[in-house]
Amino acid sequence: MSMKVAIRQVDGVTILDLSGRITLGEGSITLRDSIHEVLAKGSKKILLNLGDTSYIDSSGIGELVSAFTSVKNAGGELKLLNLTKKVHDLLQITKLYTVFDIWDNEASAIGAFN
Amino acid sequence: MPDSTTSRVSLTLGSTLESVDTVGQTAQEFAQRAGFDSDTASNIVMAVREAAINAVMHGNGYNPAKRITASFETTSDSLIVRISDQGPGLDPSILPDPLAPENLLRGSGRGIFLIRSFMDEVHFRQLHPGTELTLIKHRAPARPAA
Repeated sequence: MSMKVAIRQVDGVTILDLSGRITLGEGSITLRDSIHEVLAKGSKKILLNLGDTSYIDSSGIGELVSAFTSVKNAGGELKLLNLTKKVHDLLQITKLYTVFDIWDNEASAIGAFN
Repeated sequence: MPDSTTSRVSLTLGSTLESVDTVGQTAQEFAQRAGFDSDTASNIVMAVREAAINAVMHGNGYNPAKRITASFETTSDSLIVRISDQGPGLDPSILPDPLAPENLLRGSGRGIFLIRSFMDEVHFRQLHPGTELTLIKHRAPARPAA
């Protein structure tokens, strides 16, 4: 199963609901293209909902990091929402858990944007 | 009940992402058959996929003329997976530490780290040309009969 992205707006925050696998190839490219698309449209507050992300590999982790830096370099802010245990564990062991701003409640995450 | 008999499979595959999926599925089957719990099996599959990705992408550079091989062996105490490519070779000692602060925000370079995190033993062997990675996960000791 490849990755799908649904994009919605809530209170000025662009939420990307990611479902499927973020892996080398299609999944990572889809995420990269989606981030570039919302940045090009002027979104500065971006929330990645990973609740339905079933699998992520080192390439997918790298793509999350690239998304974080792309958004930051564009003057925006990127947060993560609803990590599965697997993704949570991966971000822990790669020491990225402290890099990302991570939430498990959508309303709270939206409220945390500046 | 875990199957304690020795079994082996060896695959020779093209340098494609489909091969990575095939290797991952085979790893899943061997990990389950060896009796690993689902979390451990999932970590083994990730490590094996990362090794296959390295072989296909960094080793063979997606070259259709080059092959990767993947062999799987279950012994009484371990699952042993060997992944090899026909690339220029890999010196693991020069790989940057992905946990170093200056590397934390790099978009790549975590594959070998994840392999080492999830497996009990990881060995590199130069093949001239190519690299072989041996990934070993020890099975839990059998419980004594009640």
